[in-house]
Amino acid sequence: MMAEAGLAALWFAAALAALQLVVAALGLRRRPVPDGADDTRVDIRGAVRPVAIVQGLMVLVAMAMLIGVFLGSDMSVRVVIENSHSAKPWIYKFAGAWGNHEGSMLLWVTILGLAGGAVAIFERRLDQRTLIATLGAQAGIALGFYAFLLFSSNPFDRVSPAPRDGLGLNPLLQDPGLAFHPPTLYIGYVGISVAFSFAVGALITRDVGPAFARAMRPWVLGAWIFLTLGITAGSYWAYYELGWGGWWFWDPVENASLMPWLAATALLHSVTVLATRDGLRAWTVMLAVVAFSMSMIGTFLVRSGILTSVHAFAVDPKRGAFILVLLALYIGGALALFAARVGTVRAGNVFDFVSREGALVANNLLLSVILGVVLIGTLYPIGAGAFGVQLSIGAPFFDKTVGPIALILVAIMAAGPLIRWRRDKADAIVARMTWPIAATFFTGAGLFVFTDTGVLPFLGLSLATGLAVASVAPLWGRNWRRTPMVTYGMVIAHLGIAVSLAGMASDSAFTRETLVAARVGQPVNAGPYVVRLDGITPVVGENWSALEAHLSATRGVHTVTLAPQARYFANPVTATNESAILTTWDGQLYTVLGQPDTDGRWQLRLWWKPFVTLIWFGGALIALGGALSLVGRWRRERRVAARQEGAWA
Amino acid sequence: MGVKRWMLWVPLALFAGLFVVVAIGLIKPADRTIRSAMIGQPVPDFALSAIVPGKPGLDAAALRTGTPHLVNVFASWCLPCIAEAPQLMRLKTMGVPIEGIAVRDKAADLQAFLQRNGDPYDHVGDDKRSAVQVSLGSSGVPESFVVDGEGVIVLQHVGDIRDDDVDAIAAAVRGER
Repeated sequence: MMAEAGLAALWFAAALAALQLVVAALGLRRRPVPDGADDTRVDIRGAVRPVAIVQGLMVLVAMAMLIGVFLGSDMSVRVVIENSHSAKPWIYKFAGAWGNHEGSMLLWVTILGLAGGAVAIFERRLDQRTLIATLGAQAGIALGFYAFLLFSSNPFDRVSPAPRDGLGLNPLLQDPGLAFHPPTLYIGYVGISVAFSFAVGALITRDVGPAFARAMRPWVLGAWIFLTLGITAGSYWAYYELGWGGWWFWDPVENASLMPWLAATALLHSVTVLATRDGLRAWTVMLAVVAFSMSMIGTFLVRSGILTSVHAFAVDPKRGAFILVLLALYIGGALALFAARVGTVRAGNVFDFVSREGALVANNLLLSVILGVVLIGTLYPIGAGAFGVQLSIGAPFFDKTVGPIALILVAIMAAGPLIRWRRDKADAIVARMTWPIAATFFTGAGLFVFTDTGVLPFLGLSLATGLAVASVAPLWGRNWRRTPMVTYGMVIAHLGIAVSLAGMASDSAFTRETLVAARVGQPVNAGPYVVRLDGITPVVGENWSALEAHLSATRGVHTVTLAPQARYFANPVTATNESAILTTWDGQLYTVLGQPDTDGRWQLRLWWKPFVTLIWFGGALIALGGALSLVGRWRRERRVAARQEGAWA
Repeated sequence: MGVKRWMLWVPLALFAGLFVVVAIGLIKPADRTIRSAMIGQPVPDFALSAIVPGKPGLDAAALRTGTPHLVNVFASWCLPCIAEAPQLMRLKTMGVPIEGIAVRDKAADLQAFLQRNGDPYDHVGDDKRSAVQVSLGSSGVPESFVVDGEGVIVLQHVGDIRDDDVDAIAAAVRGER
């Protein structure tokens, strides 16, 4: 029954999306009545908001039903059979609902529907016509993806006769990370659709200005916070689960989440210029379109099976073609609208090159260049494949291209908050940058004398120190209790970038890797630790069995035990490595158990990674900065509203 | 600002291009079997220092002596390399000159490995950071390359050399003489 209820809710949501689109379109065509005349016509525009809210609720019901079907291990539903097993711990049945193609697409549209509903409930500042156009655009996007689910990826499809049990979930996904990473990432990934719809709405009504930017900003910020958290969590998940000791692999799917983040980060900064200085109008609209386009392109790349990846659950070119048509419709449509309309949007204010605006433009351009490089690097193999050339593009390309541009970006980022709006003097900026520049050179000199690192890690660590100092510089000489929360948000987010960058550079500069075939009792050096293999014992989990190594890691007088496992899953039959990680204040000892040989030795991979945790700590700081900024703006607005009411009273 | 009307259409044009490329990619699914891109390429220039006492290191010049070689990328910590060792010893007795590239290894471990499993190598180079391994297009150990007398790669064997592979590799080396 649950599956049928879910399917019904999904159809209902699709019908409501169609209604929302039609009502919005009719509402926008409505001619204004002549001055002085009474408008006696029925105003259907009032229906758009409630319809959007109910649409969001209906798709949420569908998602809840799918989760129910998974929790109940209903083995007559195809996706459950293919991706679950009754012997699985409940958390993986629950999260397994989106650990497959159909379920993850349903989660995708659920968030799309909820985002539209949230706009309908909470958005009070946007001009009425633009809001209706925005909700219409959101419904238009939702409609296409509902059609995709209903016609080519129905998650509630039944199978008769039902088999006795399911095939199980990919063991790599059997981790608590599955419960948090996809929903978090999707809230950001699909939440940015609101920015897209705002842009389309504003293009339709030709209403691009500071008010529009102020209305759009919290939505962008909210989506961006979740995107940041989702990427950070995903990176840590891959780091400990895949057992390769790496935290970013330039996998196409990782790139697919990075590209919207880059665009959203650029958008976040340009929308501020539009809101405060009324500049960068066309550019901001463009970025809003690009950000969600990147989400959709990412979805296409992952779901079409055009690329192979851990995230590509099912390979089906028909589904790929379906999404590609949707992409052409939405992205092509938005870009055509942009080209036709943006010329009629009045140009905004102009500003000096040496100014806060100028720095933000530089930030935007560099982020866009990185975005372009990542996009080309991700798509190039597909393009080459279309012409019969086989190649793959991996970390060496991205590190060499993105790395240097990102470091220039960091330098500009350090200076940006210290530059005045509208116009500033270069020598004054340099004077304000004295301490950050000194910190950069001091660290650089220290690294040069005492260590032997590559060029990028060297620059990365030096610039990270400078950026850290520059990030907190806006707080110098200020009354800290009177400093607005928004400023703290910026300071903490920028500091987070510095912290994260320091972690990345430290990892690539100072990581020590040890590969050995060790006997029981044999000590092995790994960075500051001496690791001894004490023994191997078999262990049994809920749906797996494993060989577990007992390692004692000694540093000075302290000894800690670690237990990495080589796991074997029965459904489906797969082997995975469960790394064991020891976290200390100055880094992580990362241990992986490999294969045995014939004379009693075991393959061990040990990494000592100094300060690697800073990467994710920095990611969390960036998100925290975003959250502070969001709360700060909300409070400021409430204060302004209260003051206005007071003035009228 | 100096934005011309036609420039506003550039994003759409770029997207259209992207669409075409991706559509072709979708219609013509790429061949996913991994083929070596190094066949027919000269070995990159490299010079690896010695790691085994009494045995010289390996450089690219040693592979351009006019006779073909088998270059074996291996490591003492690599367990399939142990499984492969008897086949390498057989190739050695068949008269195939074998050169070793030891990846991320330690001298003591390596010596113990060669004592235990036999030492078919004329030269062994110390590839501490996998730099040469990567430049050869090798992504794991063990991997072996047949290189002709001019230093051009004619065959890449990924994974350990099994019993049934020995004849094919010996034939490839002989074919280059």
